[in-house]
Amino acid sequence: MYTEKVMDHFTNPRNMGEIENPSGVGTVGNAKCGDIMRMYLDIDDNGVIRDCKFKTFGCGAAVATSSIATELVIGKTVQEALQVTNKAVVDALDGLPKVKVHCSLLAEEAIHAALWDYAEKNNITIEGLSKPKDDVSEEEEEPEY
Amino acid sequence: MDKKIYLDNAATTKTRPEVVEAMLPYFTEKYGNPSSIYEFASQNKKAVDEARSIIAKSIGAETAEVYFTAGGTEADNWALKATIDAYSSKGNHIITSKIEHHAILHTCEFLQKHGYEVTYVDVDENGIIKLDQLKKAIRPTTILISVMFANNEIGTIQPIKEIGEIAKQHNILFHTDAVQAYCQLPINVDELNIDMLSASAHKLNGPKGIGFLYIRKGAKLRSFIHGGAQERQRRAGTENVPAIVGFGKAVEIAIATMKERNDKEIELRERLIKKVMSEVPYVRVNGHRRNRLPNNVNFSFQFIEGESLLIMLDMKNICASSGSACTSGSLDPSHVLLAIGLPHEIAHGSLRLTLSEDNTEEEIDYTAEMIKEIVDKLRQMSPLYEDYMKKKA
Repeated sequence: MYTEKVMDHFTNPRNMGEIENPSGVGTVGNAKCGDIMRMYLDIDDNGVIRDCKFKTFGCGAAVATSSIATELVIGKTVQEALQVTNKAVVDALDGLPKVKVHCSLLAEEAIHAALWDYAEKNNITIEGLSKPKDDVSEEEEEPEY
Repeated sequence: MDKKIYLDNAATTKTRPEVVEAMLPYFTEKYGNPSSIYEFASQNKKAVDEARSIIAKSIGAETAEVYFTAGGTEADNWALKATIDAYSSKGNHIITSKIEHHAILHTCEFLQKHGYEVTYVDVDENGIIKLDQLKKAIRPTTILISVMFANNEIGTIQPIKEIGEIAKQHNILFHTDAVQAYCQLPINVDELNIDMLSASAHKLNGPKGIGFLYIRKGAKLRSFIHGGAQERQRRAGTENVPAIVGFGKAVEIAIATMKERNDKEIELRERLIKKVMSEVPYVRVNGHRRNRLPNNVNFSFQFIEGESLLIMLDMKNICASSGSACTSGSLDPSHVLLAIGLPHEIAHGSLRLTLSEDNTEEEIDYTAEMIKEIVDKLRQMSPLYEDYMKKKA
């Protein structure tokens, strides 16, 4: 079902984890639909992304798209990172099954959300970046275990 | 472990070598059409009827009440569509449950599009149908109650006898989809007041592509597949002789070994549940703890998603299934898990393991160990787990 690249990034995810005191952090998706992606960015004074880490709740494709998206933005400027589209994410994975393409959109949105957070914290405007959709569902009551 | 560990017996089972052996002559040697007049072919009619007789006996039915179909799905479609056709002068209403297999649910949706009315009765948190609600749903126009014998996902066994009694009191036909229960549990159609029953061979170590519909004598159901005069003119098409012979053989063995298999499967099931429950936090067992299929285990792991879990288990050579949306091709997780009241995110993290007598304690222990390892790995990746832990700290 998945390409070798997807399987590789799913089983050996790159840059999985958290960044303490990140320059920006963004969480997108919805537990109801089965996907939540969180991106942490560490951005230097010149606006270059020094580090990016992710955490993802979701299927194999969701994990793989998060993993490859971190690789695609590390070393890039904020403006360049904004150009990382879901298509670039899919291409870098040598393709995704049709039903999983929404996962790549989530990766793009997660990066945008983290960049938005960075812009807000620093009181700057990033050209071409608009406020991300607030898609994360409100926490429901804790189920009993 | 290098060896494959097969824990998806609710999806399908291995065809027994004895079954394959019984089938083989009917491909290359005894290949005649049972409807032909000459001896070479008509001996195959005997073989078909022998299998029919074994199957009829297995549910306490008469031989003439068993009709072969191409599987459980066809039997379900037949039962529903032919009932509404035969009893349309009495009414247009069907009662079923919210946790039926799609072979029933999607057929009901199709019928609704054609003007029939369907009531989907709720189940409780263990997956047991709400009998009060079922009774209240009965109308003068109700012509059929169809409730599955045991659920394919969570293994819950329904109070079939009570449902049969309710149907009988109200003079309504009662159909049960017994695809998961047949040959796993003792079934007697008279004792349970069952008028129609669907079953499939490949769930009990028989071949794929063969099933049957039991229709109680006197029920007016006519043909669903039209054509030749096979199956007493009720199901046209040349009989799948090798598969029917294989089905008969599989039933013969399954009935003879039922008690022994059940005992072993229950032991393995409880071992797996106990190990996982004691070693993995934030987990629950879905389905009724006692009234459940001997071989069914269904967990929900909080903070993780089922498809990821399945792929990682696959890499450890463990075959299992899940009710997550990603495995169903839609955005919604299993309708069964939602019907028992699980929130979406918990339903996404479900894992079904269905055992067989061929599994060993060693396999079960290894599986529990791998589940623990993988769930832990996925939770380390999960933002939901991160949030939960931070909130807790």
